[in-house]
Amino acid sequence: MRKSSYPLGQKVIVVLFFVLFLIHQDFWWWDDATLVFGFLPVGLAFHALFSIACALLGWAAIKFAWPKKLEIFAEETNEGGEKR
Amino acid sequence: MTTLVVIILYLCLLLGLGFFSNRLFRGTSKDYFVASHSIGPFLLLMSVFGTTMTAFALVGSTGKSFERGIGTYGLMASISGLVHAGIFFLVGIRLWAFGKKHGYITQIQFFRSRFESDGLGYLLFPILVLLVVPYLLIGIIGAGKTIEPVTAGAFTEIFTNPSAPQWLGGIPPWLTGLVVSLVVLTYVFMGGSRGAAYANTFQTIVFMVMGLVAFVYIINGLGGLEQAGRVPARINDKGVVVQDYQFDRKAGELQKNEPPKPIGKVLSSENSNLTNKQPHLSRTPVLIEFKKKNPKTGEISAFERELGIPFITFISYFFIPLSVGMFPHLFQHWLTAKSAKAFRLTVIAHPLCIMVVWVPCVLVGAWASGVLPPGIPPPAVLSAMLKLLVGDPILTGLLTAGVLAAIMSSLDSQFLCLGTMFTNDIVVHRAGTKKYSDKQVILIARVFIVVIVALTYALAMFAKDANVFDLAIWCFSGFSALFPVVFAALYWKRATKQGAVASVLSALLSWLYFFHLSGYGGEMVVGPGIIPAAICFMVATIAMIGVSLITKPPSEETLKKFFPGSEKL
Repeated sequence: MRKSSYPLGQKVIVVLFFVLFLIHQDFWWWDDATLVFGFLPVGLAFHALFSIACALLGWAAIKFAWPKKLEIFAEETNEGGEKR
Repeated sequence: MTTLVVIILYLCLLLGLGFFSNRLFRGTSKDYFVASHSIGPFLLLMSVFGTTMTAFALVGSTGKSFERGIGTYGLMASISGLVHAGIFFLVGIRLWAFGKKHGYITQIQFFRSRFESDGLGYLLFPILVLLVVPYLLIGIIGAGKTIEPVTAGAFTEIFTNPSAPQWLGGIPPWLTGLVVSLVVLTYVFMGGSRGAAYANTFQTIVFMVMGLVAFVYIINGLGGLEQAGRVPARINDKGVVVQDYQFDRKAGELQKNEPPKPIGKVLSSENSNLTNKQPHLSRTPVLIEFKKKNPKTGEISAFERELGIPFITFISYFFIPLSVGMFPHLFQHWLTAKSAKAFRLTVIAHPLCIMVVWVPCVLVGAWASGVLPPGIPPPAVLSAMLKLLVGDPILTGLLTAGVLAAIMSSLDSQFLCLGTMFTNDIVVHRAGTKKYSDKQVILIARVFIVVIVALTYALAMFAKDANVFDLAIWCFSGFSALFPVVFAALYWKRATKQGAVASVLSALLSWLYFFHLSGYGGEMVVGPGIIPAAICFMVATIAMIGVSLITKPPSEETLKKFFPGSEKL
């Protein structure tokens, strides 16, 4: 069940990343200096919320697109290579 | 004087931490360079975040917001939250996996192996050093600019030649830079990457807590949150920029200017209706002519400043945070991770930590436009606000220690990574792993770190008046231009040695070209407002793809090593 949904999870995360990138260009507030809660300019308030959305995307990426095989690969016995 | 004592006590505490981490040092080069891959999630988050946030984050962001307004946050902070977290997830974990599997300690070891090229390592080493040095400079310059205003008056008979008359008797930047360099050098010298991780964690907590405390005190000084929102400079109906308030030091409170104090006039703007606008609170570009007084001669002169952010510039700043993918000091921190799972907290919490630090700084910078003279050097804005609004010397000392913590938590990792690279990528690589004992390897790294600290300090004294934010942007631009190399190395089987060399050279040449055009470190955009980093990145990407496609693919052995199995890793 998990195996079949894994690639889909990755795709959704990639799409969400680009959606967030587009939302980041908030040209609709560009000239707006309205204060939210009386002190926070709307352009700054929006981007603070954007930061929270990035954290949620990070959580979703870990939950639905975690590179489990890479983790196993790294923990296997070393094959050698350039070492110190 | 009390402020200075508090700062000195903080520096002593940090040295104590260096001695403590030295006791935990296991004596091996692997422990010195990558803490024996033993760092857990919290220490990893704190050291990665502390390393990426430097003078640039606290001093630079406040100064830039003072110059351009609240657009500074979207320009650098929120996009970094998205891109940094993405890079930690896509590049950081993958590099950690290959590092752990094949025993890499530096980026160059990875690239040499992935691209089957010794020469690529010798090409990359000086370039990475060249790009890390400005990053180091901003730390030392930022520290100097912070301490002088808050210690003004402490030694009026000793330090008689201040950067500005009102800072007479303050600790001069050369002395602050020297002390900060020596403190960082001491604990990195003793504890290596483990020492840096502990010191970073401690300092990151200090600067985050102190940043919030400073924010609260500045709000109180301005008369509360809502009042603070009214403070930024305003444009009146005649197009004159005015300050409606001033801070009365004797009364310890904000008072209204009757009539408002004129500080500049609008020269041009895309917006036709600017009456009663506070240009620092929105992002539409407005060109303003301000007046400033030469602190030494008293002569008044005019200077122009564009407030707001051009939209194209805003978009093209996306390329700047890509730089973290190529920071050698961050690579080294990634390698210290105990497991891939240690990255999880960093991926989630990094954007939130950025928000906690940057939102207050950007607000303080915008508010400062209403109470500080416009000609004040941007890197001095934060400490000038502390000095103006937070009267208590102990508190000012603690808050300044917080700024120093942010600066030093980056300097340590950068000094350490340069020592690590020189030792492993040049000395040991040329001589072979059997020539030197483990102790000798550590000694070589330590000696190189001492040399690089001395050189950086000397350079910082030459570039002492550089704009911290702009210098940082140039440093990040260079690393961003190199990002295609690491991304292709990890995700594109067809990427070749020749493609990597072409990409690195294209990145270097295009960066040098624009750096020269900027007057070696000034603010610069191309055409309608595109930043040079975007162009350098594109040039390097085209070179990587074009040259890789016309040259021989990597060997089967290399592909098997870095792209193992039929299923994607």
